[in-house]
Amino acid sequence: MAEARGLFRPRDERAWSTPSVVWLAVLFALPALVVVAIAFRSADPYGGIGADWTLGTLGRLADPTMPALLWRTFALSAATTAICLVLATPTAYVMARCSSRLRQLMVLAVVVPFWTSFLVRIFAWKVVLHPEGALQRALVALHLVPEGSTLLYQPTAVLLVLVYTELPFAILPIYAAAERFDFRLLEAARDLGAGPVRSFLGVFLPGIRRGLLTATLMTFIPALGSYIVPDLVGGPGGEMLGNRIAQRTFVDRDLPQAAALSMLLALAVLLPSVLALTRSRRRTLGTAGAGEAVR
Amino acid sequence: MRRSRAPMWLAGAVLAFLWLPIAVLVAHSFNASRFGGQWTGFTLVWYERLFTAADVWRALANTLVVAFGSTAIATVLGTTAALALDRYRSRLQDVHHLLVHAPLVVPEILLGISLLLFFVALRLPLGMTTLVAAHVTFCVSYVTLVVLGRLQDFDWTLLDAAQDLGADGWTAARRVLLPLLAPGIAAGALLAFTLSVDDFVITFFVSGPGTTTLPLRIYSMIKHGSPPIINALSTLLLALTVTTVWFSQRLLKEAR
Repeated sequence: MAEARGLFRPRDERAWSTPSVVWLAVLFALPALVVVAIAFRSADPYGGIGADWTLGTLGRLADPTMPALLWRTFALSAATTAICLVLATPTAYVMARCSSRLRQLMVLAVVVPFWTSFLVRIFAWKVVLHPEGALQRALVALHLVPEGSTLLYQPTAVLLVLVYTELPFAILPIYAAAERFDFRLLEAARDLGAGPVRSFLGVFLPGIRRGLLTATLMTFIPALGSYIVPDLVGGPGGEMLGNRIAQRTFVDRDLPQAAALSMLLALAVLLPSVLALTRSRRRTLGTAGAGEAVR
Repeated sequence: MRRSRAPMWLAGAVLAFLWLPIAVLVAHSFNASRFGGQWTGFTLVWYERLFTAADVWRALANTLVVAFGSTAIATVLGTTAALALDRYRSRLQDVHHLLVHAPLVVPEILLGISLLLFFVALRLPLGMTTLVAAHVTFCVSYVTLVVLGRLQDFDWTLLDAAQDLGADGWTAARRVLLPLLAPGIAAGALLAFTLSVDDFVITFFVSGPGTTTLPLRIYSMIKHGSPPIINALSTLLLALTVTTVWFSQRLLKEAR
């Protein structure tokens, strides 16, 4: 090979790979193992990690409040993903089909919120949903909600804001797939007698299934691990697994318990990823996901 | 063929949904009323308050130190990683591929807690150094992907040509490879910088005394504090975002 004499000789492979491999092995892979190890330690009374090995920390996961917490975490994440897909697919379809000037504008309209500070976007909803805000007043005036009720600090507020924050992550990969879709196939389907709904469901959706898969993972996984959204708009009834981890870490200073909860979350994240990977043979989950989102 | 207008309406509604809260926020940053229930007149008083809020400026300084430091390291690591992944096929690169891609699918809170526990287990004091190390860790993967994307349509025969014309390996790298790769590296660095400036969750877990960054400051202002000032700050951040997006789009367009 030509480059054998230049910068990328076979014996240079280690030199090129070492910086990033060592960095990620030490600061990503090793910490993951540390979490597993600490989940088998007891907590010492000073907020540190005990010296002995125990199964007690994992045993304490069987807390009576856990089933409800896990169910709420899963249900909110699944609902967020479903709503995002339903809203994102027609949006991406329109973006892929419209004229190029309008398309640029629409891409920009999706990308700017995508890049805007996460905290700012959540805070914006706190302003919109504020008890003295215009929305609450309007809803009360229309008798849609009772006076003195609150829109914030309940699971529906968490769902709304999760959908809002994850939506660009669903639109962008679906749009990237729709942009490559050959829309003449839809015309062919119509010529062959399929109605608009049937050709959308039977031709368009299968055609963009990789984008749909990426969008599902890119919304479901972060939703499972969400912490700030329930923390800021959720209140006690909207607590998710991420909040419990943060509470054990910062409030109770019970690091082994936080580690055990993190293992649980890691398992929950791994499961859909492995399922998706075994379904799509290509190993480019990350490349497709982040690469498309970045653009 | 007549197209249904339903998707059009839905897409319009979705874009309105994305922009409505942002518009409300921007409007309220100029509203004299403290709670924004109604419009009580135009004011710049919240911006004035913001400019005299010393803690916000300190937090901004910390944010920039962390962002510049971690962007520099992540850009170097990400570029070498992309070159290694692009040029070699081996067991080592399979592991490398996994190490680069895994952080992208791990929720931030898990990265945060694992780094915190790692630093605690090593008894490292939390501070600027640990914070930069944490930021580099989540930025490397993104830089790698962006540079890899740029490498996909790189013409490697140019490097051969340079060497046929007498350039040694390093000269060819400096004079041919690097200039052609520069837009990709710059786009990757910009992405790393933005991610670092915006990061809350991981920073929250690994920050120590004296390392309060802007997102941490905003968070504590949201929790206990002064909404109108956050409106003003958010509006400025939004303006910065629009500029950055516009700039990076131009960067990528020139790259094509």
